[in-house]
Amino acid sequence: MASSAVASPRIALRHRLAERGVDRTLLLLLPAVVFVVALFIYPFVYGLQLSFQPQPGSEAVNRYGSGPFADYRNFFADPYLRDTIWTTLKIGLPAALFNVLASVPIAYRMRGRFRGKRTITTILVVPITLGTVLTAEGLLAFMGPTGWFNRILMDVGIVDHPVRLTHNYWGVVFSLVITGFPFAFLLTLSYLTGIDPTLERAASTLGANWFQRFRHITLPLLAPGLAITFCLSFVLAFSVFPSAIMVGEPARQTRVISIAAFHAAFEQYDYSMASAIAMIMGAVELIVIGLVLGWRARLYRGATGGKG
Amino acid sequence: MSQTKISELRLDQVSREFGGVRALDGLDLTITGGEFVALLGPSGCGKSTALNCLAGLLPLTGGTITLDDRRIDTLQPEQRGFGMVFQNYALFPHMSVRSNIGFGLRMAKVPKGDARRRVEEALTLVQLTEHADKFPAQLSGGQQQRVAIARAIVLEPPLVLMDEPLSNLDAKLRLEMRTEIKRIHQTLGLTTIYVTHDQEEALSLADRLVLLRKGRVQQIGSPEHVYTEPANRFVAGFMGYRNELELPVGSVNEKTVVLDGLGAGGLTGVRRDDLGERAVAAIRPEDFTVGAGPNATEVTVEVVEYQGREQAIQARTDDGVDLHLRAGTRLAPGDRVTVSVPPERVLVFAAESPAAPEEVA
Amino acid sequence: MTTLTEAPPAAEEKAPRRVALRPGAWIVWGAVVFFLLILLGVVGAVVIDSFGTKWFGGWLPKGWTTHWYGTTWKEFDLGSVLTVTLEVAIAVVVVSVIVGVPAAYALARRDFPGKRVLMVAFLLPILIPPITYGVPLATVLYKFHLAGRLSGVILANLVPAVPFVILVMTPFIEQIDPKIEAAARMCGAKTWVIFTRILGPLLIPGMLAAAILVLVRTVGMFELTFLTAGADSQTLVVALYYSVSAAGIRAQQEIDAMAVIYTLSMLVLLVAALRFVNPTQLVTQIKERD
Repeated sequence: MASSAVASPRIALRHRLAERGVDRTLLLLLPAVVFVVALFIYPFVYGLQLSFQPQPGSEAVNRYGSGPFADYRNFFADPYLRDTIWTTLKIGLPAALFNVLASVPIAYRMRGRFRGKRTITTILVVPITLGTVLTAEGLLAFMGPTGWFNRILMDVGIVDHPVRLTHNYWGVVFSLVITGFPFAFLLTLSYLTGIDPTLERAASTLGANWFQRFRHITLPLLAPGLAITFCLSFVLAFSVFPSAIMVGEPARQTRVISIAAFHAAFEQYDYSMASAIAMIMGAVELIVIGLVLGWRARLYRGATGGKG
Repeated sequence: MSQTKISELRLDQVSREFGGVRALDGLDLTITGGEFVALLGPSGCGKSTALNCLAGLLPLTGGTITLDDRRIDTLQPEQRGFGMVFQNYALFPHMSVRSNIGFGLRMAKVPKGDARRRVEEALTLVQLTEHADKFPAQLSGGQQQRVAIARAIVLEPPLVLMDEPLSNLDAKLRLEMRTEIKRIHQTLGLTTIYVTHDQEEALSLADRLVLLRKGRVQQIGSPEHVYTEPANRFVAGFMGYRNELELPVGSVNEKTVVLDGLGAGGLTGVRRDDLGERAVAAIRPEDFTVGAGPNATEVTVEVVEYQGREQAIQARTDDGVDLHLRAGTRLAPGDRVTVSVPPERVLVFAAESPAAPEEVA
Repeated sequence: MTTLTEAPPAAEEKAPRRVALRPGAWIVWGAVVFFLLILLGVVGAVVIDSFGTKWFGGWLPKGWTTHWYGTTWKEFDLGSVLTVTLEVAIAVVVVSVIVGVPAAYALARRDFPGKRVLMVAFLLPILIPPITYGVPLATVLYKFHLAGRLSGVILANLVPAVPFVILVMTPFIEQIDPKIEAAARMCGAKTWVIFTRILGPLLIPGMLAAAILVLVRTVGMFELTFLTAGADSQTLVVALYYSVSAAGIRAQQEIDAMAVIYTLSMLVLLVAALRFVNPTQLVTQIKERD
């Protein structure tokens, strides 16, 4: 009895910790935590701090002095830099919106089981794996002035002269749709299959037609998933970089914010300006995501009856 | 078979808290070698907590466990050498039936030949010899449960722990496996602690029942004792005293009590508690008889459920008290009948004492 | 289908609606076919061009040749580029599995204070576009003289890979019943034995899936490699980008031949991946019911 009385405070502490889930198992997290801190959080904080230390001799310092906000002031004062935000949003938002909206009816039709479903989903994975660089390269050949696409349009007689679809705004949007749509579609499809199909059957026994079923049952259950799908699609579209250079017009029409950041870092070697641009880029993106997630928080997000 | 016999397992004030809630509150229990003890109670009563504490899967927050004067509550589960059968079987899905059963022997570094012989014996005992090379996913629920039992007993542990082992099986298989567990216990004589929420299972299997409620022991005793003499209203409700009639107390004697409001002469029963102005009479449906007798009262039949040889009847007295009873004769809703119950089968408890939860009644 | 006699308006609506539903299906399937055709055109144009002698206008090139593959292999030193790609991919896969799987185990099995914060920290590298954190990351790597070399490329690619492994493995481990571990303990197995004999074999399918997914993503990862690679630490996709942006110096067909080599290597990986995972899993961790 005496020994247990002596040991009890120590045991009690270990108990209390173990009860809250703190025990030696958590040591397994250590390598991953070190990893994220060293390679993600530290660079981020470093970049943030760097963005408040403008590089001597840089354009920003020459114009706005060496105060901590010189880089940011420079960014927002210079239309060539500032407008990259709008350029990026103008490309990213419509592309992401289109990808999500187009995938809803298609996924809704394909939510059941049918022959060849796996083939279709497999084909759709191809552009995701190929990535933006190859897609851009393919677009240049396919949609260029002498490419098959324009050739078909002219042979059918829709246009007389080749339509310019590459090296401009539309080229980038096309490349974002080709890589982004399958992504949005597969995500939407998996959210849809997670909704218990008997719910719709129950609604139909209560007299709801397909539109009412979709409007009142499926859509509300799908909406939170769509919000996430939109966020992830937007993240992909917002970070557009290689295709903006390759199939866009990187000097003007498709000078997106990531090009500005890259330009500052690796062509002007102004790392603080580059960090500032990266931070602004992150902030703009988080604002959009925050708005979408804020809207999502007001939706029903409980179980969708699926077993997945 | 050689047997690892123990003479005594003692639990002394065993307690377990979860975030300030006492899931198990000072359990005292002494188990002698070869005994089959059932821990019985509704969900959340602490029975599974008690079992996991015994297994070592949950550390205690207080108390001691001693096995033949050796303190074991500080040992890791793998050092205790107990066998355990889990509710969902917890078979190793990537191992054959044979390897599942042999796993413990391999951990104990039992020589190969010896181990093989013991696995074969265990397979024979649970009648799975022809399925020995299958994988768990290829077996039915009942067969999986047999593997789980074989795995737990092949080491002939000093203590076998069973955590609701039959609750995932369908009704027919459950009866079969119940007999099987009883047979294995009779063959090997291994000390067993069995957790269940099914009082019928506990009554039929165990030498001794431990009834738990909110982490506290309500009654410990032989099945017969607990069945006929429940210690309190909770145990009564749990053991099938489905009628719990709250009535005003008429007259109280040393052993008996008369309650007002049921039949002309009131309801006479056995006094089990100190009583206030109101009391609860607990009566089993099967203790009622249709026809005149002691404690007779006239009722109107409301609902009749056909149950083979008998009918389960819900009836209402003229005062609006609902009674559950059983009848061998055919009755129909609307019939007026007289029912009676012997006073010694009417247990009267204090009205304030806690009742058993609805769903297990 | 529904025979609700007490709702005649619904029955009246039925007839026109069924007709209206048909074009909907046609539009949806038409859109899918259109998309797939575009996809075929995009990939096909590159493939055809890489085998063509000259292609100025016209439906197809004037003649056929495999000549460009030889020259592109030599000109761009694809042998060493492929070696680098393979080295980077394998290193990233091995390290991310070794680091990610234990972390996923702890996250799947324990609830502890600060778990949500940690989950967010693990999610961010996947949610934030690589360019955003790639620029500061590359800056830091250059500061420590790690960038421009193989080690820098590997480190940068690990940033999304480790969280990805954790994200794939956590639900996989969650669906393994912890009672199985308890059962092994009751059989006398020590922690080490539980990891090697029980969890190890059970986790192999999940680890294979995670590894192959990381492999595909790493080989296809452009931004991070682009920001951290030096001249001799380029992976195939970055080499392809440079060759495209330097177009005019090289024949277009050479670039396309390189693109085809890249496509083929990705397709090989993809076929391998699809043996272990569902297509949906390549983009999401939500499991499709089968």
